[in-house]
Order: sequence, then structure tokens, then C-alpha cells
Amino acid sequence: MSKYLVNKFLFCVDRDPELVERYREDPVGTVGWWEQEEANRILACHGDERSTWLAFTDAEREALRTHDYPALFGLGAHPFLTLTLFIAMFERDHAEPLGFQLEYARRLAHYSMPYPDIAT
Amino acid sequence: MAEIVAVVASTHHPFYYRASTATGEDRPPFADEWVRKIEAFRATLTAARPDVLLMVGSDHFHQLWLDNMPQFLVGHAEQYDANWYNEEREFGLPRMHMLGDRDLSGHLLRNGLDMGFDLAFSNELRIDHSVTCPIITLRPQNDLPIVPVYTNIFAPPLPQPKRFVQLGQAIREMVESWPSDKRVAIIGTGHLSLELGGPRQFGPHGPDPEFDRKAVEWIATGDIEKTLAEVTLESLHAPGNATHGFMDFMLMMGVAGEGQKADHVDSLDLFHTMEAYFTWYPNGVPQPAGGAA
Repeated sequence: MSKYLVNKFLFCVDRDPELVERYREDPVGTVGWWEQEEANRILACHGDERSTWLAFTDAEREALRTHDYPALFGLGAHPFLTLTLFIAMFERDHAEPLGFQLEYARRLAHYSMPYPDIAT
Repeated sequence: MAEIVAVVASTHHPFYYRASTATGEDRPPFADEWVRKIEAFRATLTAARPDVLLMVGSDHFHQLWLDNMPQFLVGHAEQYDANWYNEEREFGLPRMHMLGDRDLSGHLLRNGLDMGFDLAFSNELRIDHSVTCPIITLRPQNDLPIVPVYTNIFAPPLPQPKRFVQLGQAIREMVESWPSDKRVAIIGTGHLSLELGGPRQFGPHGPDPEFDRKAVEWIATGDIEKTLAEVTLESLHAPGNATHGFMDFMLMMGVAGEGQKADHVDSLDLFHTMEAYFTWYPNGVPQPAGGAA
């Protein structure tokens, strides 16, 4: 159970313009680097104070490595974080307004209530 | 004692800034009607002649994060920077800067704690679009000090709806007991039905127009009892996965008071959400100098 870490990844990438581009271009490399170097960094502390135990599950790591946002939704990632980051990466690939947002909704159309729990 | 001159509740659509400033082919077809409604809404705050704005909103995982998440937080800073890189990126929002009112912040913190609300505080709070959008819509000259009050409507576990109403009632009491001659407007923003990051997002209307119709009626009539009877943390998922922001509207109903009818009620059915605007004048509708309202 590491929904918190999935959300931490989405949060950290979304707030950093360079990481947004890096994750778009190289998701496998970015997820690997981030889990190795950044996952246990305590965000409010200097770099030497770190947690020791945070890691993705295999399903989480694979969903992040493949930009699989329907899978992230199913795993209980926070949908606001997921949507915001994926808009930043892929809205540019759609010519029409809201094209990506509507595709996102279509790809999640197989989900109905109750949605996966997003509590961490 | 301070005087509450207006209680204002609205949605905080981050696309308003871009829509209202767009020109030519970039200007969406609904922009002019939206601007007209906002300008009428803005007049309800202007007429009240506030000196300070107490602003209720919710951080969207900008400064507040899951490693240390408060339920209710009061900004206690002299100044506030506002808006974030990803809000510039997604909504075209400008960076902003506001003055604070530390005296009112301190009054809320001390008295809130004494009234049973374990309020968090922040001496360096960078605020986001839940507070800046109502500045853009209601006070674009951005010339008044603010006190931000952030609520958690976003990261479960959330406080119960009743707690939002109670905090609104307490905020009203606390402002009225503030030893100041300032004229205070209390402004809060929330959502009606809304889905973000789920299968029902960005449709031609909000995900649940029937909920929206009922919610506007509850707010406009100040029917706190009925709202609390129909809304629970669990039920709020049904009208859309982001509808828990409706609890910030419930907080503002608490500020306005049970059974208090709003003096200004308006709404606009936009794609993917319904915009809604309410103003109460606790001391009566201000009359323009020398003439009828």
C-alpha cells in the first residue's frame, strides 16, 4: 500500500517544469531515478534527513512507467494530481480544446461508482 | 467591534481570467455573458465598502501536502504571494501579491482555539486560485488586506459537513467580536457538482445538474438544516468526485446564518460545471448615494 508515494511522485513532478518534460519524454528512466533518489526525500527537510522505507508496488511502478492514468485511477491515486500532471504532458498533442480531457474521460469510462478509495 | 458588511460565496473557476481577457478568435462564446454576471456580482461587494477581506478557500496540493495536512488553517502573515507555476501553466493565471491583516488572523487563531477549533496557522503561506480567483472576479484592483482560511476538502479523511457549518458560524462570531472598527467582507469559494480526473469530467454540463439545482436553492435560502439532512461525506461522491468542495459553500451558509436568504443569487451553466454566485448583506442592502438601489 503506497498510494502516498504515488501521489508524492505526481505532486513532485507536477510542480517542476523540467521534471514534467523529463517524465513525458522518458517515463521509465524518470520513474527509476525518482524512486531511487527522491522517493525517500522528506520534502520539508534538508537532503540528509530521509525516510528509509518508501517504495512503489510493482503495479504502481508499472502504471507510472507506462503513463497509464486509467490504472493510476484504479489504484486510488489522487485524481486531481493525475489529471493536472497529464494535462501538462499531453494536452499539447490535441488540436481541439479539451481534447485530452475528453479522451481521459473516455479511457476511464469503464469505471462506475463507487470509485476506488483515494484516502492515503 | 468590527462590522460584517457582506458575506459572499461563489465558485472559483480558474478559466475565468483567461476567458475574460481573451480577444478575437480566442474569446470563447460564453465569455461576454460570464463577464456581465461577474461584474454584477462584483458590484455587490463594492457596494458594501469593505476594509478587509476574510477569504475561505482550499489549497489544491500547492503548499499543503499529505505529509502534514491540516484540516483548517489560518494564514498569519503580513503579505502573501499567490498562484503557482502549474496554475500559470494550466490556467494562465498571473502571479499575484496581497497584503495580510495579522491582527484579524491572530484574533481568529486565539478565539478559534478557545471555541474548540484546533486551527493550524502559517506564517508563510503562498495562496492559490481558490483565493485569487475571487480576487480577480470580485476585487480586481486587489487593494484590500486579506486573511486566508484554508479548509481541507481534498485529502481524506475530511471533516464532516456539519463541522464546516460550525466553523462558518464561529467565524461570523469571531469577526463580530474583533475589536476593530473595520468593515469586513467574508468571501468563500467552493464547488457545486464537479468531477476531476474521473470518467464524468468535462461534459457539456456539471456531472449532476439536479444536485446543482438543489444546492443553489439550499444556499440561496440558507437552508442549513435541509442541506445537512441530505449531504454526507459519503453522499458527496455521487454528484462528482470533486464535489466535496460544496462543503466550503456550507461553511459560508454557516457564516450567513440559518434561514438567511441571499440578496444576490446568480448562476451560469458552463461546460463541466455550474458557476454560482451569492451575496448576503447582514445589515441590509446598501443604498447608492442619492437614489434607489
